[in-house]
Amino acid sequence: MSLRNTFAGAAIAAAVGATTAAVLAAVVLPGWAQSPASAVSIDNFTFNPQKLTVKAGTTVTWTNKDDIPHAIAAVGKEFKSKVLDTDNSFSFTFTTAGSYNYFCSLHPHMTGTIVVEPATGGDAGH
Amino acid sequence: MSEDDRQHGLDRRKVLECMTWVGTGVLWTISGGVPRSLGLIDQALAAETRGLTFLQISDSHVGFDKPANPNALGTLEEAVGRINAMPAKPAFMIHTGDISHLSKPSEFDDADRIISQTRLDMHYVPGEHDFLDEEQKLYRERYGRGTQGAGWYSFDANGVHFIGLVNVVNLKAGGLGNLGDAQLEWLENDLKGRSASTPIVVFAHIPLWTVYPQWGWGTEDSARALEYLKRFGSVTVLNGHIHQVMQKIEGNVTFHTARSTAFPQPAPGTAPSPGPMKVPDDKLRSVLGIATVTFKQGEARLAIVDTPLAG
Repeated sequence: MSLRNTFAGAAIAAAVGATTAAVLAAVVLPGWAQSPASAVSIDNFTFNPQKLTVKAGTTVTWTNKDDIPHAIAAVGKEFKSKVLDTDNSFSFTFTTAGSYNYFCSLHPHMTGTIVVEPATGGDAGH
Repeated sequence: MSEDDRQHGLDRRKVLECMTWVGTGVLWTISGGVPRSLGLIDQALAAETRGLTFLQISDSHVGFDKPANPNALGTLEEAVGRINAMPAKPAFMIHTGDISHLSKPSEFDDADRIISQTRLDMHYVPGEHDFLDEEQKLYRERYGRGTQGAGWYSFDANGVHFIGLVNVVNLKAGGLGNLGDAQLEWLENDLKGRSASTPIVVFAHIPLWTVYPQWGWGTEDSARALEYLKRFGSVTVLNGHIHQVMQKIEGNVTFHTARSTAFPQPAPGTAPSPGPMKVPDDKLRSVLGIATVTFKQGEARLAIVDTPLAG
């Protein structure tokens, strides 16, 4: 599978590095320039929406609206953000259909799910 | 383990449970092995003549600049000022984590510059905010020399055995704080062969009892640690993380959390989230503070005094 992640927010570029094989490249291009976009807001130690359904190829952007840093980590290690201070964002483009559970690696009681449906005609799913 | 199991055990043993919501510094006095919380630092120091007195500070979050406290470094400086003004010099100080807010070198530098002004020997354990650098190495390089794993260790002072634990790494989705098998095995071995009359002080960032799991305020596998500790006549568990004073006594174990020097957090369930709590500016220093702990030979409980920065 080909996966691309995009960091928005210069402040986060200094901190944590994702080392999973799934992270093939960190590029500065905004993901929404090329693909459908969807957003998850982090408010009051909660991912909103907690469950988000998107089509394959969609770039999901998480933005931290809390006064405390958070970090996004997929349970299956498909994606992992650096630490997100207030108003920092992390984006990841989902190319493969499936259900992706994730949590905040600082506050693991915070959990969420991205459900990726096959793109039109759907052949990527399982 | 569940909170219910523990509660039943508590009832059976007619154990006192109490929660306190006041004070800034925790003064712990170990007397005859059991920690006891006193009223104010100065009173406790005056009362303490023999034994061991040490300090606890926590959650300095150096680098935090949000509305709940735009100058967390400044309030840490005030805490250090209070420590330096104490009539008797404590033996040493423990810091129960979240030294920095974002694990930036400059934040650790600032914290070290201020805390070193106490001229006290320091014993740190990390909070989750101290492991946010890419390689998770800054904390260990600065504070972890001579420690095991992610930074756990033990030492002895005045006949009291101190154990610093790390419960902020390898956290699992949906879970709480985590000690992990390697650390628990180390703990079991560390305690092996020690006399049950040895007073034990355990300190770690996240509470080792379940304060409020909905906010992640507890440690997943702490029951195993407490199992190893239960044969000891005096166990004191000192934590931070929740930025408020809370105490619970369960059999021979006293659990206590210290205030932050940076910002308060709400009482469990009283706000939509455990995030920083904004209080009126003139109230901030009444909800920040330090703790003093005193051990006295011949008394089972340590005395703990939580002292606010003001008010």
